Amino acid sequence: MIAFNRPDCGHMVRRNLVAAIAVASVLGSVAAVADSSVRVLRVEVSDIEKQYYNDVVAEYEAQHPDVDVEFEYIANEAYKTRLPTLLQSDLRPDIYYSWGGEGLRDQVEAGFVRDLTEPMQEGWKELYPESAVSAFTLDGRVYGAPLYATVVGFWVNTALTDQAGIDVEALKTWQDLEAAVAALKDKGITPVVVGAKDGWPMHFYWGALATRLAGGDGIEAARNGENGGFTGDAFVRAGEMLQEFAQLEPFQSGFMSTTYERASAMFGDGEAALHLMGDWDYLPSRERSVSGEGVPDENLEFIAFPTVAEGAGNTHSFGGMNGFAVTRGASDEAIDFLRFLLNEENQREAARRGIFVPVAHGSEEELLTPYARRAADILAESTFHQVFLDQALGTSVGATVNDISADLAQGVTTPEEAAERVEEAWQFR
Amino acid sequence: MTIMTRSAVHKRSTTDRIRKNVVSGRLSAVLILLPPALILFSLFVILPLVDAAYYSGFSWNGYGSPSDFVGTENYRRLLDHSVFHTALWNTAKLILVSLLVQMPLALGLALLVYRRTPTNTLFRLVFFLPYILAEVAAGLIWSFVFDGDYGITAMMFQALGEDSVYVLSDHQWAFPAIMTVIVWKYFGFHMMIYIAALQGVPNDLVEAARLEGARPRQIAWFVQIPMIKHALVVSGFFAIIGSLQIFDIIIPMTNGGPSNSTHTIVTYLYSFGLSRLNIGFGSAAAVVLFVLAIAIAFFYQRNTTREGQA
Repeated sequence: MIAFNRPDCGHMVRRNLVAAIAVASVLGSVAAVADSSVRVLRVEVSDIEKQYYNDVVAEYEAQHPDVDVEFEYIANEAYKTRLPTLLQSDLRPDIYYSWGGEGLRDQVEAGFVRDLTEPMQEGWKELYPESAVSAFTLDGRVYGAPLYATVVGFWVNTALTDQAGIDVEALKTWQDLEAAVAALKDKGITPVVVGAKDGWPMHFYWGALATRLAGGDGIEAARNGENGGFTGDAFVRAGEMLQEFAQLEPFQSGFMSTTYERASAMFGDGEAALHLMGDWDYLPSRERSVSGEGVPDENLEFIAFPTVAEGAGNTHSFGGMNGFAVTRGASDEAIDFLRFLLNEENQREAARRGIFVPVAHGSEEELLTPYARRAADILAESTFHQVFLDQALGTSVGATVNDISADLAQGVTTPEEAAERVEEAWQFR
Repeated sequence: MTIMTRSAVHKRSTTDRIRKNVVSGRLSAVLILLPPALILFSLFVILPLVDAAYYSGFSWNGYGSPSDFVGTENYRRLLDHSVFHTALWNTAKLILVSLLVQMPLALGLALLVYRRTPTNTLFRLVFFLPYILAEVAAGLIWSFVFDGDYGITAMMFQALGEDSVYVLSDHQWAFPAIMTVIVWKYFGFHMMIYIAALQGVPNDLVEAARLEGARPRQIAWFVQIPMIKHALVVSGFFAIIGSLQIFDIIIPMTNGGPSNSTHTIVTYLYSFGLSRLNIGFGSAAAVVLFVLAIAIAFFYQRNTTREGQA
């Protein structure tokens, strides 16, 4: 009898182990002596970023000797599956990492999130652009504060595009992109690399196209079931455009078995001319390349996602908005610390260290690389920042969006069917 | 009259038996020893099962307590879902390949290496090696073998001067590749069961057959295989239940892709239930898996034990 449950038990053991480790580390942190403690839960990050948080915490604790702040890290996938359980337990953190969107809405509706509308009124909200705060705003109430933004665009290896006679500066529209793909293929150069095995890199195509075609308002309307929801024209058209693009065979061979990490390395090795990826891929791509040097800076460009004909969202941007939420029952010190963590000076410091593209007004001045500054420019020019659809629409619908994007690129589904699958997942989320 | 006496005798014997058990301390032994097992069993097997069955009636993302009761909607969606059909069919394929390819292969090899000689020991070890590997490690190793960019497949095709193939991203070949790996991974386990059983076959039977002029193949077919039927039944049971549980190998190899074409019931449950936080939907899949496992186990046990008695 027990044998039948073995696979499940296996998961549970592993999941419980993760929980046990989380619990043990959290318990360990509680033991430290301080009048009040603030526990922050963050998805696993690089050592540079951890050092940044350690420095911020040290500074805060020096100013507030009675408060003890602890950061805990859980690996990305485990974080997503553990969070519901953790939030419902007595060991819930005071502050936790959030991508906003539907995931945050679920947590808010279940009553786990502290309303930050009032505290953020007092000169806090003004630090960030409207679009950053709106990612954490639900029905007019603010439930989180932004840490950094990411934007999706094409990384371009100009050494290769020059060979094909492509003017990268003039690559503005989707037609330009399709023409560039054809020119690169003529020269025997792999036009685009994509890590489709992971799902989400391919969703960048469908998601960015849907954002261009429907615009942020159109996506919001689809969520509310207007104009046929996600079966509306713009979403079917996004599928058609992705499918037409895939029919040009722009991707490296075997793209369905390529992970994001490998795609990033392949681009760093100069194996393809273009890579649709977030602005964060600058250092990772370099580190993952065989030489460790990546594409030399003089041959590297980061350009905005092309515009489309009659797109309602041609002035919008597509990417991530990442921040923190505070759990219900957390102390006022937690809010105070969060405000400190996300203040202008610390945002500038993050930019100075090149960790991410911060959101606070003016902090982009500190950005070191031209690419990060380019990303900041795209964000600044954008009139609306659409959060990744696999996050904005919630875990379940997001996974469906990833699936249909891959299916469209392989030509195993029709654009209409793809849009219907998204709508169905949205209905049954 | 006779009936009455018989029931009276029966009654007396029952009370006698109880009295005897009380006196001998057997009853107290049962009362003391049974509850821990029973409690553990209900706590860790029955209760989660009942929970899963309960959750499967709700649309629930794991936050708060389930409140959005949808009746049989989860099951309806599950049975309508084309990916679930693929997952069921893939699981059936795994069962078939385990029974029809893996077991005969294991039996053939067992017949070759069951005698105790140093060479045989070496071969046994080599054949058993895949089974010792952790499933995830085996999956990763094979994903490297099948890799069309840097893997062994890539090297082979480069050496031949051909364009590389990408087995694991090919709709047609991804699942056959997984089935190959599963046969490779588990045949050693079945082989070991057969070897143990073959060594228990009385040698004089084999000798007698040989003296009668039977060739090795005939000895195997008419003497050894009938003698190890019980081992075949057990290994068949393991093969079926094992196939229903396949998960760890698929996740590192294809993660259910391309386009959800290589899911089994368990990876389906994991991807569409747990990772997507559709706990209600996942519970419905788990209940279906449980019912299937129980049904197969029940019929298999009943049919094979009946044959065993005959």
